[in-house]
Amino acid sequence: MTNEEIKEYISSIAPAATFDETGEWLNMIVESAQLKPTMAALRTGKMQMNYLFCLTCVDFKTHLTMVYHLSATTHRQSIVIKANLNREQAMIETVCDIWRTAEFLEREVFEMFGVDFTNHPDLRKLILEEENPKGFDEKKGYWPLRKDFEDPINMIKL
Amino acid sequence: MYNQTEIIKDTSELGAEGELVINMGPQHPATHGVLHLVVTLNGETIKKIEPHLGYIHRSIEKMCESLTYRQFIYVTSRMDYLSSHINNLGCALLVEKGMAIEVPDRAKYIRVILSELTRIASHELWLGAMAMDLGAFTPFFYAFREREMITDIMEDTCGARLTMNYIVPGGLMYDIHPDFQKKVKAFITQFKSKVTEYEDLVTNNVIFQSRTKGVGILSAEDAISYGCTGPVARASGVSCDIRKLYPYEVYDKVEFDEVLETAGDSFARYIVRVKEMNQSIRIIEQLIDNIPEGDFVGKTKNVLKLPKGEFYTRVETARGEFGVYIVSEGGTTPHRIKFRSPGFSNLSVLNHIAAGSKIGDLMASMGTLDLVIPDIDR
Amino acid sequence: MFSLEGITTNVQDWLFMKFNPTLALAMECVIVILLAISLFAILGLVLVLMERKVAAHIQIRLGPNRVGPGGMFQTVADTLKLIMKEGLVPDLADKFLFNLAPFVVMMVGMLLLAPIAFAKNFQIWDINIGVLYISSVSSLSVIGILMAGWASNNKYSLLGAMRSGAQIVSYELSAGFAVLTIVVLTGSLQLSEIVNAQQNGWWIFKGHIPAVIAFVLYIIAVTAETNRAPFDLAEAESELTAGFHTEYSGMRFALFFLAEYINIFIVCAIGATLFFGGWMPLHIGNWEAFNHIMDYIPSSVWFMGKTFFLIFLIMWFRWTFPRLRVDQLLNLEWKYLLPISLFNLLLVAVIAILGWHF
Repeated sequence: MTNEEIKEYISSIAPAATFDETGEWLNMIVESAQLKPTMAALRTGKMQMNYLFCLTCVDFKTHLTMVYHLSATTHRQSIVIKANLNREQAMIETVCDIWRTAEFLEREVFEMFGVDFTNHPDLRKLILEEENPKGFDEKKGYWPLRKDFEDPINMIKL
Repeated sequence: MYNQTEIIKDTSELGAEGELVINMGPQHPATHGVLHLVVTLNGETIKKIEPHLGYIHRSIEKMCESLTYRQFIYVTSRMDYLSSHINNLGCALLVEKGMAIEVPDRAKYIRVILSELTRIASHELWLGAMAMDLGAFTPFFYAFREREMITDIMEDTCGARLTMNYIVPGGLMYDIHPDFQKKVKAFITQFKSKVTEYEDLVTNNVIFQSRTKGVGILSAEDAISYGCTGPVARASGVSCDIRKLYPYEVYDKVEFDEVLETAGDSFARYIVRVKEMNQSIRIIEQLIDNIPEGDFVGKTKNVLKLPKGEFYTRVETARGEFGVYIVSEGGTTPHRIKFRSPGFSNLSVLNHIAAGSKIGDLMASMGTLDLVIPDIDR
Repeated sequence: MFSLEGITTNVQDWLFMKFNPTLALAMECVIVILLAISLFAILGLVLVLMERKVAAHIQIRLGPNRVGPGGMFQTVADTLKLIMKEGLVPDLADKFLFNLAPFVVMMVGMLLLAPIAFAKNFQIWDINIGVLYISSVSSLSVIGILMAGWASNNKYSLLGAMRSGAQIVSYELSAGFAVLTIVVLTGSLQLSEIVNAQQNGWWIFKGHIPAVIAFVLYIIAVTAETNRAPFDLAEAESELTAGFHTEYSGMRFALFFLAEYINIFIVCAIGATLFFGGWMPLHIGNWEAFNHIMDYIPSSVWFMGKTFFLIFLIMWFRWTFPRLRVDQLLNLEWKYLLPISLFNLLLVAVIAILGWHF
C-alpha cells in the first residue's frame, strides 16, 4: 500500500485532514473533534491499523499536539496521526476502546500534560501523587512535561 | 485500643463484601523493584490488579529536554538497566539517522555483539529471578554463573558492568579490549555446555510446568491491542522482532530465527526467552570472528544539532520494542523526547492475564512478563 | 562399647541411692528438661548450619565460611544478633496471642521429643501409644501458626496462616496412613516395640513394596506438614512476603525458625524409627561377621545417621523444586496421595494377615 492510497483512503473518511510527507512516515493532522471517527476507521476497514505503538503529546508552547503512531501487523505500514489541542482547554476523545494499550498511555499524558480524555474509563494519575504538592498555583495546573512548568524545589534551570 | 472484632471490620471495609485488598509492593519480594500493585482478592483468587507507578519516576523525558544529543544517551542507561546497551544504541541510531552520520562497520559489528550479550545477560537474570518467584532458588545461581562472565566482558570493554554507556553518536567510545574475542568465545563454549542444566533444573521440572502451563494466557489479538512486544508478544504468536522486521546495524547480514510460540501462556514466554538466548549465541558466533578492522568511531561534528523535524527509531531490547521519538526545533537539545518503553505496555496487560487466577499464578504471570520498574516509570 | 544406656542407668541408680524416691524423680525431671532444651539449642545451631551448607553446595557456592572454622559458628553469631534485636509488636495486633504463638509452636516440638528413642533404651517416655501420641500432638502446631497469622493483624499473615491450616490438616491424613502401615505390620503402637520388631531387618526392606510406597508418602506428607519447600505455601516469600511470620522479629521470629528445624528433626527421627529401624544397626540375613561389625557402631550413631540422612533428603527437595500452587497442593493430597495411601493400607493389611512379610 503506497502513501497515495493511504491518503486517498483517509481523505474519504476525514476530508479536513492535512498531510505532511517530509518525515519518515506519512504524517496527517486532523481536527481534534474528528480524531475518534478517523481512528476508528483506520482500525477497521481497509487499513486494519491494529497496533498503536506510541501515544504521546508535545507542547509547542502555543498549542499541544497529540501524536499517535499507528502500525499494522499485516502490512507493516506506519502512519502518524496528529491532533492540535488548545493549551487552556485540552480535551480530546479517548481511543482506549480501540487500542487497549491507550488506557495507560493516556493516563500518563493526562497527568504530564493535563490533556483531558473524554470517555476514558479510569482517568486518574498513574505516576504522580494524587494531590498536587503544596504551594502550586492551582489555576496553572501541575503538568510537569509542559514547557512552562517550573518546580522551584527540584528543578535546576539551565 | 482496638479490640479484635473492630480490627476485622476495618479490613473488610476496604473492599466490597468478601473482598480483601492487599498492597503488593512497593517493597515486595516478587515485584523486583518498587512496583506497587493493589490486588483485590476473593480468598486466594485475584479479582483485580491495579498498578500504581511512580516510585522511581525520575522524569527522564523532561531531563533529556535540557541535555545535548551527546549527553542524553547516558541517561537512557538508567531506564531499562538490564538492556542499557540496547537503549543507548536506540538513541545513538536516532541521532545518526537524523544527522546522517556514517558509522564504521567495525563499530556496527561490536554494537551488535554487545547488544546480543546484553540480551543474554538480561534473560539470564530474568530466568533466575522468575524461578525464584516460583519458589526455586537454585536456578538463580546457575543463571548468574553465566551472567557473571558477560558482565566481566562488559567490564573489560566498557568499564562498567551494568550501565555501559559505551556508545556515542557515530560509533563507540573506545575500541574493544584486546581479550574481547577470546573471552566471548570462552563464554559461548561455557554457555553451550551449561544451558542443558537449565533444562534439567527448570524446563523439565514437573512442578514448574504445572505452575506455568495454561497460566496467564494472552491471545495474539490482545497482545497487539495492549501493545505488547518482545518475548511476551512472540509467545502469543505475534511476529514483532524489530531485528527481523526493520533491521538495523548488521542484523540483515546475520542468520537467526525469530522465536515464535503459539500457546501464549507463561510457559511459552519462558520457552521463547530460553530459545532466544540460543539465537543470540548464534548471532554472536557469526560476527565474533568477522569484526572488520578500521575506525571504531565515525567523523562527527563537535556540536550535534538535529535538523528541525520529528524522528523515530526503534530497537529490540530484551523486553521488546524500545522506541525513541524526538521532536527537534533545530537546536542542540531536543524539544520533546518520548521513550516508548516495552515494560510500560507489558505491564498494562497484567490485570488482563492475571485476574481470575490464584495469587501463585500472579507470580508466574508477572515473572514471565519480565518487568523492569525503572523502564516502566522512566 | 560406648552406650548411653549405661550412663542413664548409673545416673538413675546414684540418684535413687542418695535421695528419697520423690526427690530423685524430681531431679530426673529437671535433668531431662535441661537435656531437652540443650538438645533444642544444639539441633537448631547444627541444622541451620547444615541447611546453609547443603544449599550452598547445591547452588555452587561456599556458604558461611567466615565465623569460626568453616563457618561453624555462623549460626551462633546469627542467634546472638536475633536475641539482641528489638521484638516489634504491631500496634493493632492481639498482643496476647501474638506473643503466645511462637511458644505454642515451640512447645509442640518439645512435647514430640518425649517418645523418641534416641538410642538403645534411651528414651524419655516409652509410652505404649507412642505413634498415636505423635500424630495427635504434631497436629497441634497448626494452632500456633493460625494464632500467629490471626493475631498479627496483617493480611499476608492471615493468608499464610489459612493456607497452612488447609495444608497441615490435609497432609496429616497421608502421614497418618503411612504411619499406620507400619503399625499394622508391627502390631503395636509403642515405638520401642516397633524398633525391636526390626531387629532382623528394617521395615523398608521387610515390608515389600507397600512399605516403600508408605515411606515415599510419609516423606511427601511430612515435608508438607513442616511447611518446607516445595510445600512452603504458608511462608511463600515471593507471594506472601513471609506468610504467617511476616510481623515477627527478633527472638519471636527465632523461635518460629527454630521450631521449623526442630519439627524437621522430629519427623525425620520418626521416619527413621518407623522405616529404618531407629537405632537398630543394619543387619543382613546370615552374614554373621558383617552383623557383628555393625553391632559395634553405637546405637545413637545409627539413629542420628539415619535421621540426618532423611533431613538431608528434605533439604535437597527444598533447594531443587519450585513451589506448588495452593490448589495444586490440595489436589495432590486429596486426589492422589490419600487414595494411594488408603489402598496401600489395605494392601499392607492383607500382607500382614497372610504373613507374607519377612
